[in-house]
Amino acid sequence: MNPFDLVAQGPAPSGDATRAERGANEAEPGNPTVSALRARFSDAVLGNSVTAGDQDVVHADPARIGEILRWLHDSPAEQYDHLADLTAVDYGGGRPIEVVYQLWSIPHRRALRIRCALPLHALEIESATGIWTGADWLEREVFDLFGVRFAGHPNLRRILMPDDYGEGHPLRKDFPLRGRFSRAEQTRRALNQDPESYYVPGEIGDRVPQVVAAEPGDPSLAEEDHGDEDD
Amino acid sequence: MATRTIEYGVGRNPEMGPGGTLAASPTEPFDAPEPDLGSETMLVNVGPQHPATHGVLRLIVELDGETVVNVTPRLGYLHSSFEKLGEYRTWNQIVPLTDRMDYLAPLIYNCAYVMSVEKLMGIEVTERCKVARVICMEMDRIFSHLLWLGTWSIDVGAFTPFLYAFQQREKVYKLHEALTGARITTSATRIGGMMADLPEGWTQGVREFADNLPATLDEIDGLLRHNAIHIGRTQGIGAISAEDAVNHGLTGANLRASGVPYDVRKDRPYYDYESYDFEVPIGCHGDCYDRYLVRMEEMRQSIRILHQALDRLPGGPINVEDPRVSLPSKTDCMSDMESMIHHFKLVTEGIPAPDGDCWFSVEGSKGELGMYVVGDGGPKPVRWRIRPPSFVNLSAIPKLSEGHLMADLIVINASLDIVLGEIDR
Repeated sequence: MNPFDLVAQGPAPSGDATRAERGANEAEPGNPTVSALRARFSDAVLGNSVTAGDQDVVHADPARIGEILRWLHDSPAEQYDHLADLTAVDYGGGRPIEVVYQLWSIPHRRALRIRCALPLHALEIESATGIWTGADWLEREVFDLFGVRFAGHPNLRRILMPDDYGEGHPLRKDFPLRGRFSRAEQTRRALNQDPESYYVPGEIGDRVPQVVAAEPGDPSLAEEDHGDEDD
Repeated sequence: MATRTIEYGVGRNPEMGPGGTLAASPTEPFDAPEPDLGSETMLVNVGPQHPATHGVLRLIVELDGETVVNVTPRLGYLHSSFEKLGEYRTWNQIVPLTDRMDYLAPLIYNCAYVMSVEKLMGIEVTERCKVARVICMEMDRIFSHLLWLGTWSIDVGAFTPFLYAFQQREKVYKLHEALTGARITTSATRIGGMMADLPEGWTQGVREFADNLPATLDEIDGLLRHNAIHIGRTQGIGAISAEDAVNHGLTGANLRASGVPYDVRKDRPYYDYESYDFEVPIGCHGDCYDRYLVRMEEMRQSIRILHQALDRLPGGPINVEDPRVSLPSKTDCMSDMESMIHHFKLVTEGIPAPDGDCWFSVEGSKGELGMYVVGDGGPKPVRWRIRPPSFVNLSAIPKLSEGHLMADLIVINASLDIVLGEIDR
């Protein structure tokens, strides 16, 4: 084959042949948890697949995720005691945002990935902080950067961006690389910040600085064209 | 799995007697009711610019007298939005972003990132590349632990170990420079291999470093292990049980100090780690002193791995011979039109990754370093997510420091071994 065709084609997806033979939704999972999960929560498990050769993914119903995670953590046959990661993926184009849980069972040495698709008009899912305390900051980060709300989280505030950040959720695909506000507005807001207000006792607890959101049509919004390119 | 539980012969929470030797507490404890002074708690702000926070971290500490009631960490001062930037770059262009996150162990980040992309693309790197990356990762584990050791000893009040540790770190800086041309921002890896093959004499330099390090470690250990001040300030401080540590997502030395033998190199081996002979040290109390012991032992184990990897480093090419990912040689590009076009296409268009997602974690110097990459068939990622071990480890600090003294908070923070570049990303 001509090397240029190969370049255009790119590397072959790992384990793609086997995945195609089995059918994406009926992939044979290497992890026994997947079939146990299907047997127990048949209506809440929307499908499962195998990616990157050997990684098991379960697509779950977000309405019942708390129940599923609780069972995975508590059931003696599963014992997914280590929440390795909790994050979200925005594919853009109005498609749902997917919340992704990477689980690992230290006693059984098994990995499992749970994905929950949340439609953009209902970005809310049950918090996992009651199961793993380590989910606290990970959920705050997803809330901060994607705007997904976690019901039952004890302290759902922004974590990486400032509390009074008014431009939205940066890791969304519709968020331009340089922010929503014009450079002038960003500078104005930065200069108008009162550092003293960050040092009052009220910031511990509920009294956090109020978010000043821009109204649609606000002149501060997009005075100049940012473009998406980072040059 | 080979693990080693660390016990120590000295009693816990000792007092310092005359001449600096350990002595039993001179007074029997007694229960006297504390007078009610009707006092209020006080807020103390530590950071964001403070040497004891190891970066731009701000801790708002609520104190009752000198006792910590509550700690609220505030992050984001170093937020550079690496994950968002990554979505605008091709897969290979992301490599320079990775070493700017953990600048204390840049090669581990470089390697972990390309390993996740290679797994997504189904690329198997060459034997030589695997061993070279193991050498890089183990060297940088020592590199990072040495910095931790130096700053840790300053935080508990000893200055000398800092100088000894930095003398050894300088040798690793030189090795970084010989390998990549940069001391910190290494960007040494590429998808399918390394930026360049190991330079001549480099492995000899690594071997010399590995040969000389144990003497320095023994010297530092001799200053700290049985030091009454060190013991008094760290034993019983910031302890966390194994169950709580797992539930909180702690990884790395912080988890192993609590007695959980979870090490990605043993539990989910990559790059033939199962064939290297090394032990995973675990502690039994989960306090700051155990974290010190575990990290000290980890450096010694990394030296063992380094020696084995250097012995087995095979010859042959370091990059995969696959025209879809590897650049043609510079000589070919200058003499042959096809190679020139090939080079141009790979560099300008990037390497397309398959539609799918992949999670890959390695045992970083701070804990389990996970990379989650999502591709859509194009040359840029849809999502590139880093599971930062320090971020999760730091989130345990309110729990660890509750009820301890303000001075202990600094020690607890140092014992967690955080790097803010990775926490804020």
